[in-house]
Amino acid sequence: MSGVSGVRPRGTRGGRRPYGRLRRVGDYLALGVLALLFVLPALYLVIGSFKPSDEVLDGFAGLVPTHLSLDNYRGVFDSLSSESTGYFWQFMTVSLTVTTVVVVGGLLVNSMAGYALSRLRWRGRNAAFAVVLLLMLVPFESVAVPLFYLFNDHRNTVYILALPFIANAFSVYQFHAFFSGVPRSIEEAARIDGAGPWRTFFSIVLPMSKPVFASVAILTFLIQWGAFLWPVLMISDPSVRPLPLELSVFQGQEPPDWGQILAFGVLLVAPVLVTFVVFQRWFVQGVASSAVRE
Amino acid sequence: MAVAAVLGLIGFVGVPFVYAVVLSFYNVRLGSPRPPEFFGVEQYRRLFTDPDLSDEFLRSLLNNLIFAAAVVPLQTGLALALAVLLNRRLKGIGVFRSLFFLPVVFPMALVAVIWRLILSRSDQGMLNTALSYLTFGHWTAYDWMGSATTAMASVVVLSVWQGVGFQMVILLAGLQQIPEELYEAAKIDRAGRWQQFRHVTLPGIRNTLVFVALLTSVLAFRVFDQIYILIKGGGGLDENATRTVMYEAVTIAFDAGNIGRASAITVVFFVIVVTLTLLQRRFVRPESEPG
Repeated sequence: MSGVSGVRPRGTRGGRRPYGRLRRVGDYLALGVLALLFVLPALYLVIGSFKPSDEVLDGFAGLVPTHLSLDNYRGVFDSLSSESTGYFWQFMTVSLTVTTVVVVGGLLVNSMAGYALSRLRWRGRNAAFAVVLLLMLVPFESVAVPLFYLFNDHRNTVYILALPFIANAFSVYQFHAFFSGVPRSIEEAARIDGAGPWRTFFSIVLPMSKPVFASVAILTFLIQWGAFLWPVLMISDPSVRPLPLELSVFQGQEPPDWGQILAFGVLLVAPVLVTFVVFQRWFVQGVASSAVRE
Repeated sequence: MAVAAVLGLIGFVGVPFVYAVVLSFYNVRLGSPRPPEFFGVEQYRRLFTDPDLSDEFLRSLLNNLIFAAAVVPLQTGLALALAVLLNRRLKGIGVFRSLFFLPVVFPMALVAVIWRLILSRSDQGMLNTALSYLTFGHWTAYDWMGSATTAMASVVVLSVWQGVGFQMVILLAGLQQIPEELYEAAKIDRAGRWQQFRHVTLPGIRNTLVFVALLTSVLAFRVFDQIYILIKGGGGLDENATRTVMYEAVTIAFDAGNIGRASAITVVFFVIVVTLTLLQRRFVRPESEPG
């Protein structure tokens, strides 16, 4: 795996002299113990998801990888297989649909806005950009209540889960910042060849802007996949419930079936985890870039 | 080209925000047959100075302050320690960085569930078991989330676990901006590890550190998911000790249908968050200013 920061470590001490072997072993040991302690809850999740439920909440037995089976995973699909509970594949479909719509729709809409605001000349451009900057200050939490009131008739629909999140001021800002740093000469060449702004954007600018698209996509995906507040307000019907909300319902049943709950958790985190492992560098950059705003 | 995004933003952020301010001056209830009635600042009076009604909200404000006051130094400090520890030329250091970053990708709903198990009040809960081992069996079951004294601490711990990797990454980037020469110079002056940290590292990332602390405080005021799940979802989290401003807004809007009061809470929330954000904006590009 490559370095998480995406930047080569310029060690504060590494440059001094080569590490003594003993000290290096000590360093690894200290880091290893610390890291192990830190990932213990995640290990607990994964191991527990394969263990019989009565062994999950049983002291350290929950961490001992014995009696492993896929029963809990089968159990998740079996217990969530009726109209009243909802179906597992249904929750997964809702989450996938909403996240895809928000990510893809957001990339399209926000990148075009970022481009138009940074490159094209039109009346009202400055005003529009001011609006974007101003609205970047408004966290979703502070509009959740009026949105809940305004869209009360649209509760329990899939589209209402996605709609408020497609246009995103911070994404527009990120695209704007990126496009402002791209040299104009390439676009000018395209314009001399007779390409209009749309064609210039889609066939010239877009292909060379992969980094910003990747980091915006990943950040949006991460936030949207775990979204909880809005679904809490808008969804009561199991057939349109996204995964995180269903997890909160599923784990609240008495008595809780811990093995199945953890298996559900693994299924919930798996898509993000896979993306994380594959696109690690983009991932960290995307997340770190959110710091500019949050 | 910008039309879709700008309209979307105005429609889903701008208008609702203004609407929140308007609603906060009305007595509006969901599902009530009576039309909204103008209320002046009554909602705000009820939130802050009504002897019968304001206790709950003031408590949520206090809880949020306590949460922020605990999370900000803890998470920033831990992130700094990790960043310094991981900022070395060791083979495989990337793996360690990834491990500490890992919980950041976990949805908060899942984090709440994992920690509900770890902190379980049963003597079979992971933490109680560990403490029992450490005290040779003297420790017995303790209800971490259910008792008022440790409920908030529980939320703090799981929140820090989930979020610390995020701050760590930002600080790591800040550390890498410190010129190597400064360390070389310090070594010529025979500065030890601690002195180097104190006189080179710390001044070098001071701005990043302030930025990260303010960022964390904004995030701390937005805390909601884990609190809601652990209170409402059978986790047995002590409600009074952990209700936060957003929890209050959601329960009042959703459970009580009192849109007017929930909107007023939202407006107060916005004022707090925007103040912190504006403070933070002054530190947006800390790296560009050399130590």
